[in-house]
Amino acid sequence: MNWFMFMLLSPLIGGIILAFVRHKKWASTINISFSGLTFVGSLGLALKVLEQGSYEALEGLFFLDSYNVIIVTLTAFVALTTAIFSGPYMRFEWRHRKLPERRLRLYHTMYQLFIFGMLLGFTTNNIGVMWIALELATLATVLLVSLYRTPGSIAAAWKYFMLAGMGIALAFFGTILIFFTSSSVLGHGNEALTWTLLFKHATELEPSVMMMAFAFLMVGYGTKIGLVPMHAWLPDAHAEGPTPVSAVLSGLLLNLALYILVRFKMLVDMATGTDKAGHIMIAFGILSLLVAALSLHNQRDIKRMFSFSSIEHMGLITVAFGIGTPLAIFAGLIHMTVHSLVKSGIFFTVGHAAQAMGSQNMDQIRGLIRHHPGIGWGLLIGTAAIAGFPPFGVFTSEFLLFSATLNSYPWLIFLLLTGLLIAFVGLFRFVQPMVFAEPPDHAVIIKANMLPVYIHFGLALFLGLYIPKFLADWYQQAATLISAASGGGV
Amino acid sequence: MMLESMLQETISVAAALMLLISFALLAQHRMLAVLHWFAAQGIVLALTTFLVAVLSDQKELYISAILTLLLKGALLPWLLWRIIRRMHVHREVETTVNLPVSMLIALGIVILSFYVAIPIERMSHNVTHNTLAIATATVFIGMLMMITRQKAITQVVGFLSIENALFFTAIGATQGMPMIVELGVAFDVLIAAIIFGLFFTHMRTTFESLDLNVIQEKIKR
Repeated sequence: MNWFMFMLLSPLIGGIILAFVRHKKWASTINISFSGLTFVGSLGLALKVLEQGSYEALEGLFFLDSYNVIIVTLTAFVALTTAIFSGPYMRFEWRHRKLPERRLRLYHTMYQLFIFGMLLGFTTNNIGVMWIALELATLATVLLVSLYRTPGSIAAAWKYFMLAGMGIALAFFGTILIFFTSSSVLGHGNEALTWTLLFKHATELEPSVMMMAFAFLMVGYGTKIGLVPMHAWLPDAHAEGPTPVSAVLSGLLLNLALYILVRFKMLVDMATGTDKAGHIMIAFGILSLLVAALSLHNQRDIKRMFSFSSIEHMGLITVAFGIGTPLAIFAGLIHMTVHSLVKSGIFFTVGHAAQAMGSQNMDQIRGLIRHHPGIGWGLLIGTAAIAGFPPFGVFTSEFLLFSATLNSYPWLIFLLLTGLLIAFVGLFRFVQPMVFAEPPDHAVIIKANMLPVYIHFGLALFLGLYIPKFLADWYQQAATLISAASGGGV
Repeated sequence: MMLESMLQETISVAAALMLLISFALLAQHRMLAVLHWFAAQGIVLALTTFLVAVLSDQKELYISAILTLLLKGALLPWLLWRIIRRMHVHREVETTVNLPVSMLIALGIVILSFYVAIPIERMSHNVTHNTLAIATATVFIGMLMMITRQKAITQVVGFLSIENALFFTAIGATQGMPMIVELGVAFDVLIAAIIFGLFFTHMRTTFESLDLNVIQEKIKR
């Protein structure tokens, strides 16, 4: 059994087993163990890719290159820490919200199936299967968002389901269009959907059809990235679902959609020989950044507020990939990594804060630092990290992105800075009283599990100070790979 | 060559039928009639798949045709019909945009789709660009239906008719996607349908209504 199958099958088997485990404590332990196995598998796989440069499994049905191996390892890691976080968190929720035991089983099963969908989507070589995997991960999260069965959560899950369904339908239409042109080059079979073969023959694909396909893929997968104006589902889904789900939605699911979109951009760039696709991405990215930064000020729910910050950062990463120079893509990849780490860490902290104060409403959350120093500091550090304060990794990637922007599209820098500044003000405007003011009387002392939070922030800090050589090499390789497609220098 | 032209003719006729059914779906006042037309769409889709399978001699498509007939022509419409009967949903379709206006919008969508498909006409490919234009139009009309309907059930019919349109595109424009993808998508649609069913039950118990306007108002209070 090789590392790859080990990694891919762990969550699937885990999900099936967890469907039958009734014991609450065991269920969370099993959940953590299987996430741990997945992570071990991904590390083994990463070492192999490090040795070989790229890797194909099952006769080319799956493939890993420097681009997706980073994200696969990141996904498995965040999945593990989220599982560790969710153990005590969900037990608290179970006691206070009176979740039936059946619902907790559904939660664990869907969590593992979601991870399975994610890993399948990242590693498959077939653009049709990519779509199926994203749909699978979406369906799992729809059930997770509606877990509490409160009126709000059902309405949010329905909205998510409908909008994601619509978006994903458009993405499938785009995939059909690609098959329409590629089947005349690669034959009427699975080869015409195999990404590595498409990449090899990309210049033979019909440019007009590829451009039309990209329009559909952009709107379709863009819905799942949470880009404005297709973002309406995202804040509701984040606010109403259990906190571990918000963490993996922001930290992982959005990345998968963006990953897939960038894969298609590489094909379209090569087929058309222009950077039109990149320009479309920049436009969507900037719009998302600005709208999300402004909407952030209008929020009252803490999870909604941070979900708008996720839209903002996804917009930023989309801009980075849209610019498409090696430096910009390098920045985009680092930003993707650090954003996943920091944002999921923030959601862990927010979850504990909401449990301690008994509300997600930001007016009700006060004086965390006096009441619960661990959570208070966590929220403060996390916000500083996501806002791009110097020693953290977000600063590094944003700095690199600015240099890249100055090289290619200097006038964009004004828009980027405005967006970041507005978001920065918004974040601290809300976080400051939550951390420093007088704590309310009704606050309860909870047993907060802050270890995963510190691990995440620690890694983000580490990446801001020093990027290990092998990691830098990977990012470098991936950046070269992606930018080579758009002819943006090699 | 004889087969080739027959294949083209079949697909053209099927495309016209699909477009007509999309309009018919959009124009219905009564819930039951919506379901009838939805089932008809599934049957046309299955029939097209079958004919393409015969004419282009692809064994895989037979399986696809049978699956489509069972799932989209029978099972899903029946499940929806059962839900309507059990939950005593109002028989009238309620829309945010009135029917004549939505028909006009649909007309605009068709014209736009033909315009969008112009670049494809220039391709030397023998597949008619008409098919692709009509397929695009049916996808968008399904979306229009999803957007303008207030009841959760009619939204679902819109969603499923988009899926039908996508399968039709795959058959009409590319003579079928590879088997793994078709099966995977069919599986996803089936799971989605099950989740829809679950949601109807939840909405009914929590809100006592499947009308999304009512639901929105209940949350605000």
